[in-house]
Amino acid sequence: MLLVVLCATVVGMELFSQYQEIRDFKEAHPDIQEFQKLHPDEKVPTFKLPRFLSQANLVNTGNLIGLFGIFSIGVGMVIITGGIDLSIGSMIALNGMLLVLALTEWHWPWPLAALFALAVPMLLGLGHGLLITRFKMQPFIVTLCGLLLYRGFARRISHDTTKGFGDAAGFKTLQFLAGGKFLGLPMPFVILIVIAIIMWIVLHRSVYGRYLFAVGRNEEATRFSGVNTQWVVASTYILAGLLTGISGILFAFYTNSVSPSTHGNFYELYGIAAAVLGGCSLRGGEGSVVGILIGTTLLLVLQNLVNLLGIDSSLNFAVMGAVVLVGVLADQLFQARSAKKNARQPK
Amino acid sequence: MTTAPLLEMRGISKGFPGVKALDNVSLTIGRGEVVAICGENGAGKSTLMKILGGVHQPDAGEILIDGQPVKINGVNNSIRLGIAFIHQELNVLGNLDVAANVFLGREPKNALGLIDRKKIHATTSPFIRQLGLEVSTRTRLDNLSIAQQQMVEIAKALSLNSRLIIMDEPTSSLTLTETKRLLELVCELSEQGVSIAYISHRLGEIEECADRVVVLRDGKNAGELTHGEASHDRLVNLMVGREIKNFYVQPSGTKTPGYFKVRNASSSLHPGKNVSFDAARGEILGFAGLVGAGRSEMAKAISGLEDSPQQEIILDGQPLSIGSPRDAIDHGIYLAPENRRTEGLVVEMTVRENISLPSLENFSSLGLINRKHERKIAAEQVKSLNVKTPGIETRVLNLSGGNQQKVVLGKWLAMTPKVMILDEPTRGIDVGAKAEIYRLMRELADGGAVILMISSDMEEILNVSDRIAVMHEGEISGVLERADCREENVMQLAVGKKIPAAKPAFVN
Repeated sequence: MLLVVLCATVVGMELFSQYQEIRDFKEAHPDIQEFQKLHPDEKVPTFKLPRFLSQANLVNTGNLIGLFGIFSIGVGMVIITGGIDLSIGSMIALNGMLLVLALTEWHWPWPLAALFALAVPMLLGLGHGLLITRFKMQPFIVTLCGLLLYRGFARRISHDTTKGFGDAAGFKTLQFLAGGKFLGLPMPFVILIVIAIIMWIVLHRSVYGRYLFAVGRNEEATRFSGVNTQWVVASTYILAGLLTGISGILFAFYTNSVSPSTHGNFYELYGIAAAVLGGCSLRGGEGSVVGILIGTTLLLVLQNLVNLLGIDSSLNFAVMGAVVLVGVLADQLFQARSAKKNARQPK
Repeated sequence: MTTAPLLEMRGISKGFPGVKALDNVSLTIGRGEVVAICGENGAGKSTLMKILGGVHQPDAGEILIDGQPVKINGVNNSIRLGIAFIHQELNVLGNLDVAANVFLGREPKNALGLIDRKKIHATTSPFIRQLGLEVSTRTRLDNLSIAQQQMVEIAKALSLNSRLIIMDEPTSSLTLTETKRLLELVCELSEQGVSIAYISHRLGEIEECADRVVVLRDGKNAGELTHGEASHDRLVNLMVGREIKNFYVQPSGTKTPGYFKVRNASSSLHPGKNVSFDAARGEILGFAGLVGAGRSEMAKAISGLEDSPQQEIILDGQPLSIGSPRDAIDHGIYLAPENRRTEGLVVEMTVRENISLPSLENFSSLGLINRKHERKIAAEQVKSLNVKTPGIETRVLNLSGGNQQKVVLGKWLAMTPKVMILDEPTRGIDVGAKAEIYRLMRELADGGAVILMISSDMEEILNVSDRIAVMHEGEISGVLERADCREENVMQLAVGKKIPAAKPAFVN
């Protein structure tokens, strides 16, 4: 709902500014034919397709939704079990850097490089999972340390210099998989849809998905029901690692080069914001794949709006923050109201 | 001399949308009188007490204190009128010490505007001593037992000069000795002129300590009994409004001794101690003891929830290796734990999701849940256990305690229990649901299961068990046969004394 309103707002605001332009022009030049005779080179403003709906813009936004959506689903799974993953952005940087190095400097065959770029974040995820379940450390702390550590690694292995794919050859297939188009749709968007369908089934139809929700609501009671809750929790960090790995590869090709100190900065916050906006509760036990997709789309459309409407881009984060805040507050108030209603019903 | 009673509530009515919680209810409490308030869940006890505590305001009726009409608009108002409310879930802060808890929200300040620590400790200690609590006022609350924390709440009530203390299910988390001590204290307080409104489901306690029992049913006064008149049967009849036959069900099935053997079950609570016993197929073996005797820990060890390295478990002659809760469940050993809401159920999830949680893998293929099968199983359990719920998609949170407990049982009965361990199965559950649960336990036993029932409710343990194993500090101090199941025997064994009636827990 919010998403439709937002898109309509963008289109509406664009149309309105076009209308203003035309109106102002008409006021200044009441006789348009006269004006055209006098100034044959100048264009008369007319209504155009709003830029938001232009193909280029839609393709680009779709591409970004794909890139961000994939890891947001991973973050969402972690959040559903009541955890958090702050290391996503740094993992994307480390992952991208390893991929670039493997392909351009170590000259690995691309399937090996891609597997490597998926295995590393999964192993890191396993590490997070073990620290959290076996050593009872708090997810916030474990993944915060991850955020700092992996950024450091990424900078160290690249000697803090930007590395690009340049014109190195031999991984055309991977380039196509990451940056090509399928039926006119950008590849990352297509991959996101495939992953979303799989994850929807996993989360909402499988035994494992049920365990995720149960652990997020009440880990103790779930353990008493014979579920290996430690493994369930740890597995979500591995899953988040896998999805981050996939989107990390796509990001590397999207930017075509990786600057170790800025690549992927704050992406974990996009993921968390998207999940929360999409109805995941940081207390755990709540959320849906569709919600996370909507959350991601909302955030990226919002960014698009900031660009298109010429709002100062320094306000980018502020706008995002405000929308997440309002969105979650509205949700909270709505829930409090329905809870009250429920409480009033006789038992 | 004033003749007016301390408290008089006349014609109190209170409605919530869709339900009339209280309908023209009256209650009188004299000075120093202990009045027990009884009724099934939903009878209106809590609403009535919440009106006294200032949480709810009545729609109609009047409240008089010392014969003067008063309005109780809020919690503070109620405190000022000398009413203290001790909730079932204690309102104490574990990270503060005793004195700080007693003075919470009304801390005296010294010249610097800081808390006058000397004063709060000096003021608190006489109350602590009066209650016979042997702790320093500087002890942090989370280092105290539940019973001691409750005493701190009572000390707080006394320090506020309360004249009426409302106790809501005060003994639900207490051990037998602690319960005894609390009941003595209730008498002492009443001798000192403090009135007590005592809410409990445990009829034995009510018979023992109440000067008068007020019974509510469906939001109305159902009747009153004096101390002499209050008996178990009369109370139950008044509460339910009909006679409950066969409250305790007698066994009819055959027993196979030695069917289930436990050797050397241990827990970290009592290092170096262990528990061994034999239980017969078809029997209900009760486990009595003080809180901290290690009964729940033993149950967890048997269920693979706690490390118990030396443990051997033999079921029907087969030694089992149990290293995780899953192993125990796969062998048909199920635990309905003590804390329904934190361990037994995922309360925010639906009845269906809770019932299917342990057996989910039995009706899924390729990791996907067969939803039709899941719904069918949940619906079957709801029907056979007579769970009162609008439907299987209702969140467990919205059910009453008795129905929640039935959902816990439904989780396990959806599979076939060979050994069913029930830890405090009827805590906080009303009389009607209790009877159903006792009947169910007996049916399970007669059907060939082993039932281990841990209970701190003396009446329950004496009447439901076929034999009673009494635990003391991590070990079984003796087992009582049916004929020897008497309160004094249980109490002696619970404090670790040897008595001739006690039999060994197992034969090799």
